Amino acid sequence: MMSESLTQLLVRQEQARQAWQAKQNVDLYVTVGMGTCGLAAGAADALPVIEQEIRGRNLKAVITKVGCVGMCSYEPQIELQARGRPRMNYGQATAANISEIFASYFEGSPLKKAVLVGEVQPSLTRRNGQSLSSLSFRAPETGEAIPFQSKQLRIVLSNCGLIDPESIDDYLALDGYEALRKSLTQLTPEEVIDEITRSGLRGRGGGGFPTGVKWGLARKTPRWPKYVICNGDEGDPGAFMDRSILEGDPHSVIEGMIIAGYAIGARYGYIYCRAEYPLAIRRLRIALDQARQLGLLGEHIMGTDFSFDLFIKEGAGAFVCGEETALMASVQGERGQPWPRPPYPAVSGVWGQPSNVNNVKSYAYVPRIVRMGAEWFKSLGTPGSPGTAIFALTGMVNRTGLIEVPMGITLREIIYDVGGGIPLGRKFKAVQTGGPLGGCLPEAHLDTPVDFDSLVSAGAVMGSGGMIVADETTCMVEFAKYFMRFTCDESCGKCPPCRIGSTRLLEILERITAGEGEPEDLNRIRYIAQGMQRGSLCALGQLAPSPVLSSLRHFEDEFRAHIEEKRCPAGKCRALITYEIVADLCTGCMVCGRSCPSKAISGEKRQPHVINPDLCERCGLCREVCKFDAIIVR
Amino acid sequence: MAEAPAIDLSLMEEVFAQYEGQPGALIPVLQKTQEIYNYLPGEALQLISERLGIALGKIYGVATFYAQFYLERRGKHVLKVCDGTACHVKGTPVLLTALEEEFGIKPGETTADGQLTVEVIYCFGSCALAPVAVLDGQVMGRMRQEMLLRRVKKQLEADGRQGTTMARSDE
Repeated sequence: MMSESLTQLLVRQEQARQAWQAKQNVDLYVTVGMGTCGLAAGAADALPVIEQEIRGRNLKAVITKVGCVGMCSYEPQIELQARGRPRMNYGQATAANISEIFASYFEGSPLKKAVLVGEVQPSLTRRNGQSLSSLSFRAPETGEAIPFQSKQLRIVLSNCGLIDPESIDDYLALDGYEALRKSLTQLTPEEVIDEITRSGLRGRGGGGFPTGVKWGLARKTPRWPKYVICNGDEGDPGAFMDRSILEGDPHSVIEGMIIAGYAIGARYGYIYCRAEYPLAIRRLRIALDQARQLGLLGEHIMGTDFSFDLFIKEGAGAFVCGEETALMASVQGERGQPWPRPPYPAVSGVWGQPSNVNNVKSYAYVPRIVRMGAEWFKSLGTPGSPGTAIFALTGMVNRTGLIEVPMGITLREIIYDVGGGIPLGRKFKAVQTGGPLGGCLPEAHLDTPVDFDSLVSAGAVMGSGGMIVADETTCMVEFAKYFMRFTCDESCGKCPPCRIGSTRLLEILERITAGEGEPEDLNRIRYIAQGMQRGSLCALGQLAPSPVLSSLRHFEDEFRAHIEEKRCPAGKCRALITYEIVADLCTGCMVCGRSCPSKAISGEKRQPHVINPDLCERCGLCREVCKFDAIIVR
Repeated sequence: MAEAPAIDLSLMEEVFAQYEGQPGALIPVLQKTQEIYNYLPGEALQLISERLGIALGKIYGVATFYAQFYLERRGKHVLKVCDGTACHVKGTPVLLTALEEEFGIKPGETTADGQLTVEVIYCFGSCALAPVAVLDGQVMGRMRQEMLLRRVKKQLEADGRQGTTMARSDE
């Protein structure tokens, strides 16, 4: 017999499905992307203008505030769908551009500042009597997928940009919490673990450890209470995958965690989210309250014997807390310093109890796998790394954004087909994955397939999903120094190889970029790096040398140019470059002279200016302000 | 800097009411405390030590470990400039130089009149908008130096006071 709470849930779900249909069956259905990026680009200011436009046209409309669809370069983005017309997505939809978007959509007038991103078509994947709705974007003229979308496969991001993250009904309408219902009412915990194991899901925090195996270990430890922990301390500079999921589809993470709790036999769970993500935290809180109200968290979930609840722990700004043992120390209210493993968290984790730590993305995959089946998930990606990979594609690439691609796609396809190549006609130099603990790969490695194992063999790592593209103007020594300064700052200080090693490596790199490098420095780097890799307590120290080692491996010539010729080929390192004004291009507008902090630029109005190299501090401000590209670096 | 106003410790009672007796409450208590005072006053830390039964040294250890906590009063306006990878590549160093030039403070410092603090943050996760700066909680994307200086000066002047700047006439 069905319990009362389960019946209630099913009724609510049916109502939610009807409401979902009804709210789109109006004169005009509008979605506005309101993730952090959309808000920063002006989505909140656009909202009242949209409402005004709707009133002016006397339309019965519904506006849904959605998460981000991942096309950051177009933010803010809105979608319009009038009855009987195609659904269109527009970019650069700032307050000032709203009326031209409406005029274009309804009257067909040309767009001036806003951009038509594409026609939105729902895409449905069906398997096991279940379906996965997602958005896909097509060029209206050709009907083909727009380039940014062509190679993408949205599974874990399927709801982002589609539903209102602050509405549990939207989530329920698209089969939300179905996977939890299936787990609790049809599967034993062992069967859930078996399903996840068979799917081949590997931990998306970067390590790639099989998720099902991890759950199995935590289940087997005969001590209670057990804890489920979500690692949302996405600290890598250049990475924002977890933020987008938490902001755009928080319930999927919560559902995945509840299923994990059922599978390992946990009573409580923590979501550790970095404090730099206030919007993600706010939306998580709303989602948790909604789930509690529907009895999806709390005592006797869906009328079963399973009770489970979740709490949010806000980080306080420490990169090392992304390491699982440091994270648990922080949950306990201590300094976020790692402790040695073993014992692994599955045996002794937070408060010394068995704990299961997974990344935000890993949990978000779980409901989809349980619903659609392990075989479906395994059929995607590569045999060794099934499923999709999510990357925050940033840096010197034309189309930046959040992308989800099948595992096995090459770096070249991501950078050139999805990302649209390098802007300003410049040349590609390196792609960096895995952030401060990852590596960079040059042109020759662009055909490396993206999966956990291939990237490691090439000298980089999958990491948690940051992908930063550097063009020819990036100095690889400076780039390596930047990452080393980061790890040096963020080293927790507990173990000497990491604390001292990162300081010494930083000193060497600073020396090299200052033009004081010695030939022996390259061997010193390798020697210290090896000590850190072998001797450090946690992944931070072990992997911190990766950026400098991979740069050295692929760009040794550039290091040598700094050391032996005292020259920075990319023209970045201040001590090794001079700024000059090309007299033929200089119009004598005097802007550079006013911007120069050291008063190193002189010249009469409308006459070519000159830079005094003795006064110049090589800050580059003049080059930044020059509108005629008359200032060059040598 | 202006004379520090006295710390009203009674404001802490609400925080203790929420967290006293909970395991692992120290970090959230420090976060709430900082929300109240904008930094962590020594008197408040002393009180936390007494009420939560945690040694002051340990509290100091935690407070100094995390980047979020401040033991000193900060500027009335706080500008956080992102130096995450994407922002770094897209020009944060130039922004920092411009700020130092304009306001005479390096990252981590506060102007002598207590009006402005400039901080460097590693990644707000809004890399597609690089370089990013956050002024008093408001995210500003694709910053260029002139725009950034203008926004900061406008914010300082919005108080009806002279900005902290050594006035320069380049606009």
